[in-house]
Amino acid sequence: MTTGINISRKGVGTAALLALAAVLPLAVTEPSQQNFLILILMGAQMGVAWNIVGGYAGQVSLGHAVFYGIGAYTSTMLLLTLGLTPWIGALAGGLVAAAFALAMGWPCFRLKGHYFAMATIAVAEIMQILVTNSDALEGAVGLYLPMDQSGWGVLIFLSKLPYYYVILGLLVLTVLVSWAIERSHIGYYFRAIKDEPEAARALGVSLTRYKLIALTVSAFLTAMGGSFYAQKEMFIDPGSVFATTISIKIALIAILGGVGRLMGPVLGAVILITIEEYSRTLFGSTGSGTDMIIYAAMIILVAVFSPSGVLGLLGDLRRHLPGAKPAEVKTSAKEARP
Amino acid sequence: MNTAPLLAVDGLGKAFDGLVANRDISFIVHHGEIIGLIGPNGAGKTTLFNCLAGFHTPTTGRIAFEGQDITGSTPEAAAALGIARTFQIVRVFQSMTALENVMVGAMLRNKRVAEARERAEDELAFVGLSHRADTPASDLTVSEQKRLEVARALATEPKLILLDEVMAGLNPTEVREASALVHRIHQRGIASIIVEHVMEGIMPIAHRMLVLDYGAKIADGTPAEIAENPAVIAAYLGE
Repeated sequence: MTTGINISRKGVGTAALLALAAVLPLAVTEPSQQNFLILILMGAQMGVAWNIVGGYAGQVSLGHAVFYGIGAYTSTMLLLTLGLTPWIGALAGGLVAAAFALAMGWPCFRLKGHYFAMATIAVAEIMQILVTNSDALEGAVGLYLPMDQSGWGVLIFLSKLPYYYVILGLLVLTVLVSWAIERSHIGYYFRAIKDEPEAARALGVSLTRYKLIALTVSAFLTAMGGSFYAQKEMFIDPGSVFATTISIKIALIAILGGVGRLMGPVLGAVILITIEEYSRTLFGSTGSGTDMIIYAAMIILVAVFSPSGVLGLLGDLRRHLPGAKPAEVKTSAKEARP
Repeated sequence: MNTAPLLAVDGLGKAFDGLVANRDISFIVHHGEIIGLIGPNGAGKTTLFNCLAGFHTPTTGRIAFEGQDITGSTPEAAAALGIARTFQIVRVFQSMTALENVMVGAMLRNKRVAEARERAEDELAFVGLSHRADTPASDLTVSEQKRLEVARALATEPKLILLDEVMAGLNPTEVREASALVHRIHQRGIASIIVEHVMEGIMPIAHRMLVLDYGAKIADGTPAEIAENPAVIAAYLGE
């Protein structure tokens, strides 16, 4: 078996990538460009978190904004009302989102495939409406973080650089969790459930239990990403953290890069955020809504040309190059099946 | 020593919206026994399997496994108790290698990946698929996929294995190999119930045969008795 070699090669590649990410801000000093890098890391973190339930376990959620929003609102409310540091606030947001995931997963996982996806959209929409109409959460007005404080305690900074390293740390944590799942029996069970749920049951796998594990872990990590968003933007409202476009973007990042692959969403984020930002500068404010056009075009392109995402496409290319050693074939066209 | 039979089915019936697929079926399976389950198409064989493995809840009757009532239990509970199955239409995990498929089965008893891998390697060797361990399951031939399902089921360390048409579509050499495999499963002390249309595969190795027709049991005996049974002949040849 070549597993040992593959792991070490993968390990070297990952270490190199991490080192590059760590020194990148030294070369990229322009704040707007640093902001662009932060957006990529945020997108990657969301995508990797989504991939746990949507990729490995194959339970496509189109309502992940609900966890993102819960994370953003929980840490922000704790900071504003109790003065609690967002370090703990983000963990609290993760826990609230995880509890919410358990509660919504129980009924939603009775539905399969497209029906599950539709139910998650509905849950996120309902949540957005509830928060918009909640006086306690300032409704549609939104919440502002305190502008008169800064530093590591309140996790508010005047420069972009600290935000960069915080989100890089969160991304590394998210990738590590995903990696640990992939290597454990849970990762095998997720893939089994995705491929053949009935056969998985016949081997003693409880579908409900493992789908709930996938959704809960994913929700926890997504919520932490939401808390980071609030810290970085210093303003949240229902439209900016609970919107359906965020749910679609989260899923698309993973699907574009390659579902069920550890680093697929990272690649997906680089591609999607780059296109998104360039189109924003190109079209300016007249282009509001262009992001939806881009998402739609991306979904069509991926569905038609590479259901296993860009990573799957690269794998296919490598396999067809003359003299290339047969790559580990871990994917099939079924992977992107929603 | 538990004196209860391994499996005791009593008056089992299953109806789907008025369509009766199984009616009043009773039989007993002892530890290590090889039972052939035959009958014309639509006789209710797969429905019976689905009831035994927890995929269907019987409408009437009871199923006891080692003296414990398991009527209406879930498939995962049945697997945990020691009932494993294969599927008539193969359901291998397409995105995994052959070895990984079997590892998922082994993980029922041992969640440690490295130990599950060792167990899976043993089971792949048992069904003669060691050379295909790292091949994606989707690239295996149908005959290999059927053996892979057997290895995957055996990896759950069952006491009873339900084999659904593992010999269908095999050539005569492969049928002999499949018969030999069933016999080796028996030698491990695992009982098996085998749904099969390939008579030359099942008749020589079965200790007992159950015959279903229109959802009901019409015969229960040794292969020799079954071959002489007028009701069985009528069911197969028509009257």
